[in-house]
Amino acid sequence: MPGIRDRVAVAGVGATRFTEHWEKDQEDLLCEAVDEACRDAGIDKSEIQAIWVGVYYPFTGLAGTAAADPLRLYGIPATRVENYCTSGMDAFRNACFAVAAGVYDIVLACGVEKITDQGTRGLPNVREGAHPFLPAASAPALFAMAATRCMEVFGFTKEDFARVAVKNHANGAKHPKAHFRREITMEDAIGAPMISDPLGRLDCCAVSDGAAAVIVTRPEIAKRLNHKDDYVVAKANAIAVTTAAPMYKPSFDYLGFPATQIAARMAYEEAGITDPARQISFAEVHDCFTITELLNYEDLGFCSKGGGARFIAEGHPAPDGDLPVNPSGGLKSFGHPIGATGCRMIAEVTRQLQGRAEGVQVRDPELGLAHNLGGPGAVCSVTILGRA
Amino acid sequence: MTGEPVAGVERWGGYVPAWRLARAVLGRAWDTPSVPGERSVCAGDEDSLTMGIEAALACTGGDAGEIDAIFFATTTAPYAEKQGAATIAAVLDRSGVLTADVTGTLRAGTTALRAALGAVRAGTARKALVVAADARPAEPATTMEQLFGDGAAALIVGSRPVAEVTGEASVAEDFTGPWRRTGDPYVRSFEPKLETEYGYLRPVERAVREALAAAGITPDAVSRFAAYAPDSRAWSQAAKRAGLAGGRDPLLAQVGNLGAAHAPLALCAALDEAAPGEHIVLAGQGEGADALVLRVSSGVEAARPAASVAGLIASKRMLPSYESYLRFRRLLPSDASDPRSSTVTYWRDRAQALPLYGVRCTACGVVQFPANRSCIECFAFDRMEPAKLARRGAVFTFTLDHLAGGEYLETPVPRAVVDLDGGGRIFLEVTDADPRAVRIGMPVELTFRKIHEGAGFKNYYWKARAARVAPQGSAPA
Repeated sequence: MPGIRDRVAVAGVGATRFTEHWEKDQEDLLCEAVDEACRDAGIDKSEIQAIWVGVYYPFTGLAGTAAADPLRLYGIPATRVENYCTSGMDAFRNACFAVAAGVYDIVLACGVEKITDQGTRGLPNVREGAHPFLPAASAPALFAMAATRCMEVFGFTKEDFARVAVKNHANGAKHPKAHFRREITMEDAIGAPMISDPLGRLDCCAVSDGAAAVIVTRPEIAKRLNHKDDYVVAKANAIAVTTAAPMYKPSFDYLGFPATQIAARMAYEEAGITDPARQISFAEVHDCFTITELLNYEDLGFCSKGGGARFIAEGHPAPDGDLPVNPSGGLKSFGHPIGATGCRMIAEVTRQLQGRAEGVQVRDPELGLAHNLGGPGAVCSVTILGRA
Repeated sequence: MTGEPVAGVERWGGYVPAWRLARAVLGRAWDTPSVPGERSVCAGDEDSLTMGIEAALACTGGDAGEIDAIFFATTTAPYAEKQGAATIAAVLDRSGVLTADVTGTLRAGTTALRAALGAVRAGTARKALVVAADARPAEPATTMEQLFGDGAAALIVGSRPVAEVTGEASVAEDFTGPWRRTGDPYVRSFEPKLETEYGYLRPVERAVREALAAAGITPDAVSRFAAYAPDSRAWSQAAKRAGLAGGRDPLLAQVGNLGAAHAPLALCAALDEAAPGEHIVLAGQGEGADALVLRVSSGVEAARPAASVAGLIASKRMLPSYESYLRFRRLLPSDASDPRSSTVTYWRDRAQALPLYGVRCTACGVVQFPANRSCIECFAFDRMEPAKLARRGAVFTFTLDHLAGGEYLETPVPRAVVDLDGGGRIFLEVTDADPRAVRIGMPVELTFRKIHEGAGFKNYYWKARAARVAPQGSAPA
């Protein structure tokens, strides 16, 4: 299988600020992100030949019209992609595959979510088709059950979780598009009110609105556009779907997420990476909760199983560490407008590789990794980008 | 009664909800005199049917073989149109049985028992199960609010009893008080003095004397009186008028007046302690009265359920406030979320929801839930056989969830992944719990509860709770 390695280029990226956008609707947000991406690429939106839009919630958008209508791009293929919190990066995968297949020259991957219109604490519940009698658990509850196991088996502590929150908030404080742009202390993180014990409020990412967009093309076309000298190419993309019901799977150990382990293995193979901890320059990972980031270190092969707490305590994922993780501030600082997050990660990694990060810039990156995790650890997409 | 087929109680089991409210809390809330003691309060996820199923499972131990008839006795059926006994039958995994709800009177429990005895004697049922439960609605600020309690009892009636019924009698009268019209939110009462003297004491005395005569014994042969009574004073008067020796009702002081479940649960408490040879008089009242005389025989000790009524009474958590009682009773309007549901999926998944069936993969042996075509572990296709899941297990992992239904709760809902004894992993809410007590490895038992009322029907299913009562004869936990 040839894959997409070096056959797909990112021509331009755009993103709104991620925050509570009371005065904008999902169409405003999508237009804003796509407009920025088109200007970044140096194309007119009429040059877009096909669209994949990542949207999770039905109240944000249904079908391809969720993108076609606000952009007034009619008569071309437009497809809504929904794959839990991985919806955005799966939209990017579809765009990459279409270009690599040679069917289109210039396509749009984008994602949007408008959550604050729903007026709930935490994420709104969508349970159509579920067993009427199965218990509804909040998103933090599903990850808190992993935190409980890791505390029992690995000896993880609230301090270990807090280090992730402190690092990501410090990074996010420097990013103009972050929802939260303030540093926090270990005491803030540990003392925050409980949401799903043992996860407190600062162990959880916020509910935010936002949109992000990526213009995908072939390298030879990118050479004629705005970023002809610094366009970024895809080294790999892999997605793995596992069970949405790990709580019913007798062998599920809650000490990591097999979806991440599988997607990472496939992506490293496509990119020719044998030692990710040394070869990956930096990563934007899915820190929906602090425990998730600790487990991502392990599942992505940055450290050994059970070594996540020590990995951050030793400073490796800090901005000046040997493998900076979430230099943007991550979901912790941006919040998580579900469908938008995966495309925002692609935008962040692209800008870092081009040396024009909007927040903390990592030093001389060669390869950047983006990791998007969905559901109760059910779906994972890993993308590796590099300089052309 | 020589020559009559033998019938009586073979097994029994009770249920008292974990929650109690000190009656003084109610007195303080309304600035009214307080009755001494406590009352039981069923939790917001309980009702007469869930309490009745608790008692039925305690009584049968989950083995409902040979039960050919199931009667559900209550004045507070969850549905005006939909039978509770059929739900009990479904949970007990019995379908080819006669089911009936006996409702509309406080003596529904004793009346159902007489019907069960008749079915066994007539040979139309090998065994019959009587489930009595009540959670009567009392108007706030009334004495009834203090006196009432919630609870349930279940009795298996058969032809090899450890407590043979040797005499029975019933009295039917038209009497108004207490009563509740269709649609009334609360039980009504007009003149308690009249209601006690003419509505309660006189028919009870007559029924008891006639039952004793039918049994061919005199009152002084009776050692225990298991009877409904509106209050402790009326109970003592009833015993005295029937010529029965003193004693005390085991429920009124610390649990309350349990309505249709009162006499049956008092009988359970008597059987927990009675010795072979004792005579027990059981009496229920409501628009007349029923009375039954039971003679305890050898084998009574061996028939005792794992949890005694005394153990259930001692196993309790105190409600901190009147507000928490109001919340359990849904006496205040709430705009809580309306969960989605479907009678179609509830029906389709009935074998999983009610008798708790999962599947076992015949390729790799793993027991799993919910049912799948393909094994969750080895992925073998169509190699499944039904597997009845155990109602006990241990917590594998858990969280204390403060976010529920889009709201932030100060007291979190514990949710646990539970590994069931004998296989199967299930994700359940932990109910009746002190959240701080939930631990990895904590033993839990499954309890049948009302999850929500999405789509306008009662979505019953299972939750987990810490094991409540140490088995009779073992040291208390």
